[in-house]
Amino acid sequence: MYALIDCNNFYVSCERAFQPKYQDRPVVVLSNNDGCIISRSEEAKAMGVPMAAPEFKVRDLLREHNVKVFSSNYPLYGDLSERVMKIMELFTPNVEVYSIDEAFLDFNGITIENHNNYGQQIRETVAKWIGLPICVGFAPTKTLSKAAKRIAKKFQDKTGGVYVIDTDEKRIKALKWLKIEDVWGIGYRTVKKLKAKKVNTALDFTEPHLEAWIRKEMGVTGLRIKYELEGKPAIGDGQVPEVRRSIATTRTFPKQISDFDLLRERITTFAMVTAEKLRKQQSCCHTIIVTLVADKHKLNNPKYYYSRAALLPFASQSGITISNAAVTLLKSMLAETESVIFKKAGVIVTDLIPENTRQFNLFIDENPRHMALMKAMDNINTKMGDRILRLASQAKKTWDMKQEMLSPRYTTNFNEILQINVDSKQ
Amino acid sequence: MLIASNKYRALNIYAPDMESKSPLPYISHGVSAGFPSPAQDFMETKIDLNRELSKNPLSTFYIRVSGNSMIDAGINNADILVVDRSMEPSNGKIAVCLVDGEFTVKRLVTDTDCLYLMPENKAYTPIKITENNQFVVWGIVTYVIKKVA
Repeated sequence: MYALIDCNNFYVSCERAFQPKYQDRPVVVLSNNDGCIISRSEEAKAMGVPMAAPEFKVRDLLREHNVKVFSSNYPLYGDLSERVMKIMELFTPNVEVYSIDEAFLDFNGITIENHNNYGQQIRETVAKWIGLPICVGFAPTKTLSKAAKRIAKKFQDKTGGVYVIDTDEKRIKALKWLKIEDVWGIGYRTVKKLKAKKVNTALDFTEPHLEAWIRKEMGVTGLRIKYELEGKPAIGDGQVPEVRRSIATTRTFPKQISDFDLLRERITTFAMVTAEKLRKQQSCCHTIIVTLVADKHKLNNPKYYYSRAALLPFASQSGITISNAAVTLLKSMLAETESVIFKKAGVIVTDLIPENTRQFNLFIDENPRHMALMKAMDNINTKMGDRILRLASQAKKTWDMKQEMLSPRYTTNFNEILQINVDSKQ
Repeated sequence: MLIASNKYRALNIYAPDMESKSPLPYISHGVSAGFPSPAQDFMETKIDLNRELSKNPLSTFYIRVSGNSMIDAGINNADILVVDRSMEPSNGKIAVCLVDGEFTVKRLVTDTDCLYLMPENKAYTPIKITENNQFVVWGIVTYVIKKVA
């Protein structure tokens, strides 16, 4: 058996764990820079706050219903996520973290007397130890456990947050209920094609006469989904997460920028952060892309999006190499653009390879001291926080992010831990 | 090492936390200054306060307090509490409680049909928790950290 665990409205729940007064109130969390809504409490969903809506578009609705709005606090979410995943390791040695708030637990080879009770124990432990609500779905395959979790969450009053697909009867019932667009791994375009073939539920998808079509249109991935839905495991260990093919750091500026020095500073910072992300996932990149977005409403020129790429002579993960290349790209772009005011910029690296398969170029190569320097820099920055070491061309503060409704970093910064007045309620 | 078990009770077996980075050397018989240390060979193990003060790091949180209602229990204004959420509440323990959605810290005292939250300062009165209160024990206070210098 597999189980999928999923934290309910994860970012909202993290905020509520330390500010319980928002437990029954509508709450939303905004993305980086306070741009879009990325997490909603059930109350906020019920009053029609749409997912991914830009904040300014729903501002009146939020205000009207007195919705509590938080900026995203990733240090907090990251720490609580790590704690959840480590708690899972107490229940099975085989935990596959799928996203910040989801993990597959593999129970093959482990006997469980009562899956429902066991699921409840997992839920209670996470609720008690860190104060987060989760749902658990048990099933013989990963794809079915996703479906089981969906049922557990959707009918929480009945299921108590745990649902087990352990008989064929339950499997068929679940597949009948599961809409084709909600099947894990079936993309938007495929859904359209399937619907044209009158495939509306997961059960329809498993009809024998469709097999040839699936093989032709979706290849082996489609067949795997079909087998998984039939209860035959076809997605093994580690086949789930895809290694990222590119990494981007892009930001909208709080104020539009026209000054070259400021632009260069932003681009350098984005490049440094991107290089840090590369090192974190142990990759090197070959290609660097810089993008600039001008304010299209203030231009007579219809072109407002600029992007240019450069190929490095060697794969790199050095912040110095990548930011040098990015600034060179920036200069060459500015020399040819008519726009002078920009509202958004970004650095994207792509053509990624694992760092241990990097080939050295015989004639031009990176200064070998970069590697040691970057390692030292990462160590110090991890220890001291706030990216205290940076290039001289970077501004003092790495982020000028808009985070007006940011909660404290309760678990990762000693100066921001939870404060309680012990005298209250006297 | 990871421990899996079917039994909920087995959850009080913890995976060791090897990530702590603040060890202090522990020398069992003291060191004298000014002499090339003969103790070098006797270094035994290292004391790690993280490990000592948090039995279960996954469920441990630090909280800074303000207020005077617990001074007789050694909890003063601006002290740091080590709070373990995985511990079971029981009579006599000091707990971080949520009463009607608001945090407080008090000693738990159970009576036949109700629960008292006892302050440790004569100037404050006990809080009686009844069915009409929304009440949750958020975590159990295991240590108090004070700054004295």
